[in-house]
Amino acid sequence: MVTAGIDIGAKTVKVVLAEAGRVLGKSLVLAGLDSAAATERAFDQALTAAGLKRDQVGRLMATGTGRKGCHLTAAQITEVGAAARGMTHLLPSCRTVIDVGAEEGRTVRCDGQGKVIDFAFNEKCAAGAGAFAEGMARALEVPLEELGPLALKSQQAVPMNAQCAVFAESEVVTLIHNKTPRADIARAVLDAIASRIISMVRKVGFEKDVALIGGVALNPGFVAAMQRGLELELHVPADPEYVGALGAALAAADAGPTAGRSSGQEAQA
Amino acid sequence: MEKAKYKTAPLQCWNKAKELRRKYYEDYARAHERGGLRWAGGAWSFSAIPSGLGRDVWSLTSEPYAASIAFNREFSVKCLEAAEKAGYARDLCAYMRNYWGSVILDQYAFGGRFPKPDFIWQDHICCSHAKWYQVVSDLEGGIPMFCLDVAVGPYCEMAPHKLDYLVAQMHDGIEWLEKVSGRKYQDELLIEAVQNEFRTTATWAEICTYNKNVPAPLDEKTMYSLYVLGTLNKHDREVADFYAELRDEVADRVSRGIAAVPNEQCRLMSDTQPPWGFLSIFRYMEEYGAISIGSLYTFGLIGIWEDKPDGSWGPRTTPMEQGIGISDRDQALRLYADWTLSKPEWQHFYSPHLKTEMMIRIAREWKLNGILLHYNRGCEGLSLGIAENRLGLIEAGFPVMAFEGNMGDEREFDEARVRDRFDAFMETLGMKRIGRA
Repeated sequence: MVTAGIDIGAKTVKVVLAEAGRVLGKSLVLAGLDSAAATERAFDQALTAAGLKRDQVGRLMATGTGRKGCHLTAAQITEVGAAARGMTHLLPSCRTVIDVGAEEGRTVRCDGQGKVIDFAFNEKCAAGAGAFAEGMARALEVPLEELGPLALKSQQAVPMNAQCAVFAESEVVTLIHNKTPRADIARAVLDAIASRIISMVRKVGFEKDVALIGGVALNPGFVAAMQRGLELELHVPADPEYVGALGAALAAADAGPTAGRSSGQEAQA
Repeated sequence: MEKAKYKTAPLQCWNKAKELRRKYYEDYARAHERGGLRWAGGAWSFSAIPSGLGRDVWSLTSEPYAASIAFNREFSVKCLEAAEKAGYARDLCAYMRNYWGSVILDQYAFGGRFPKPDFIWQDHICCSHAKWYQVVSDLEGGIPMFCLDVAVGPYCEMAPHKLDYLVAQMHDGIEWLEKVSGRKYQDELLIEAVQNEFRTTATWAEICTYNKNVPAPLDEKTMYSLYVLGTLNKHDREVADFYAELRDEVADRVSRGIAAVPNEQCRLMSDTQPPWGFLSIFRYMEEYGAISIGSLYTFGLIGIWEDKPDGSWGPRTTPMEQGIGISDRDQALRLYADWTLSKPEWQHFYSPHLKTEMMIRIAREWKLNGILLHYNRGCEGLSLGIAENRLGLIEAGFPVMAFEGNMGDEREFDEARVRDRFDAFMETLGMKRIGRA
């Protein structure tokens, strides 16, 4: 049976279509202000990529911060559960998942079956999330996708002390005025995010293998900062931003017959 | 929505509890009209002692008053902003800021102008309490104040010289009360108030033990409206009698299998003060059949406990139950000090490990599935050490969900995100949302 996982995040909507654990198609679109329209678009694009029609999708399941507003299905799994389910499918030896998206960072410890043992989120603060990197890239006048490669060229660690994303921007501006090399500032920004996330990881505790997922895992400078801080090799899957949607698609397949079969009328998973 | 597993019924004495609370705040406000005295102080402040000044002496305890403000989010923000405008930092105790704001605005949360106390009777349970009424006294033009220093260490290390230290201050305090009030102190009223307080606080602990039953007869959101009487007037005969009535009703609910949450399937406890403006989170939990059976806070702020012969935790045996008669002031004060210093909530000011031990005990005896910890930015005293508690509880095998918030500053609580965390926590416990029965 083909299942769909719909991950409605703060910035993007991701859809994965899967069957028997195999990804058939996927899509990512900006969430914008109309997440229903974005979800429709992402779903249609994923169907097109898979060469499928809607009625060929047996079950749907939503995840992400916007999951409760998903108009296509009422079946839900939390971001925590989806991350663990998706990542242990890709890497069965994975016991810790670090998920850093636009709005939130979270750490999930799980067992070999993908069952969550413990978790933690960042709280009410952008300083440990992708939105922070985006804001700092803007302050540095660097496209977001170039922030990571730029940080890898850094020759020295520059401390960034601000605990707040807004004040950190002022600190970046000060560093620019002080003629600090942009590569060093880029690294300082990513080190700062990594430091917040690592503190959360240590709170939950980590066990190998440790995976890094979410959109920010596409940033090589951030991955390097995390590996430096944790002093271990992180597993970054291909398409790390789709792992939550994949987890939801797999959970839809795991779920009983009451899980989302058609839009709007399903019982809770 | 699933069919309810258990029968439920409203509490018969609910309206009486509400009436006692309403009357308390009205009595304080109207004390002068009746020729009586008003005093202010913390809910921990040995409130039986000023009772020796007469039956026309009414109090305003600060933390429950501030919690009442916090529950009214619109008024609370006005109070918080008034305190900030006056120059007080936003990261200070949220109760204190709400209270100060109410004084600065000269608005009583229950209507009218803020009723100034005639004197302040306080003790120093934490740094904030030490400063709280110094500022209140200043703001209100120099209200006379007496403070007891209670820093004698945890009860498990109690020693005669420590008790002497506190009792000597109490004697001094009574002399001071006579001086500021111009009244002669009546020891028989003190003895009566102390005995009432023994009854109130032991009975509250007994009420909490009934929640060991599955299903639990009381949920924590309801308990907040009941325990509060112990934070207002625990030395009062009406409150002691009310708790006896409540205890009988709760026992009856247990015998008839009456549940607080009719679809109870997951038993939790919370930790310290809740975010008072957002008690709806407890109703949200019920969508999963989850009940908070209480907390160290609701059990141990008012309840006085002891180890029972069978190893369980139960209400402390009162001096009256032990056949101890109280014949004079010193004996009353000594028994009162010893009794109150054994309050569970007092212990973790000295060590988070003592708190962890008590929480593990509750988790085991009350048969819990998980624990919610509130990193309460509004209370430094009771939040200190929560990260340690979390580790200890996890090590003991209890799943823990931690969330950030503030008991009295709604600007620091993100309800949607806390609900999201709760969803994830329920998912990890294998609980499905079943709706509220």
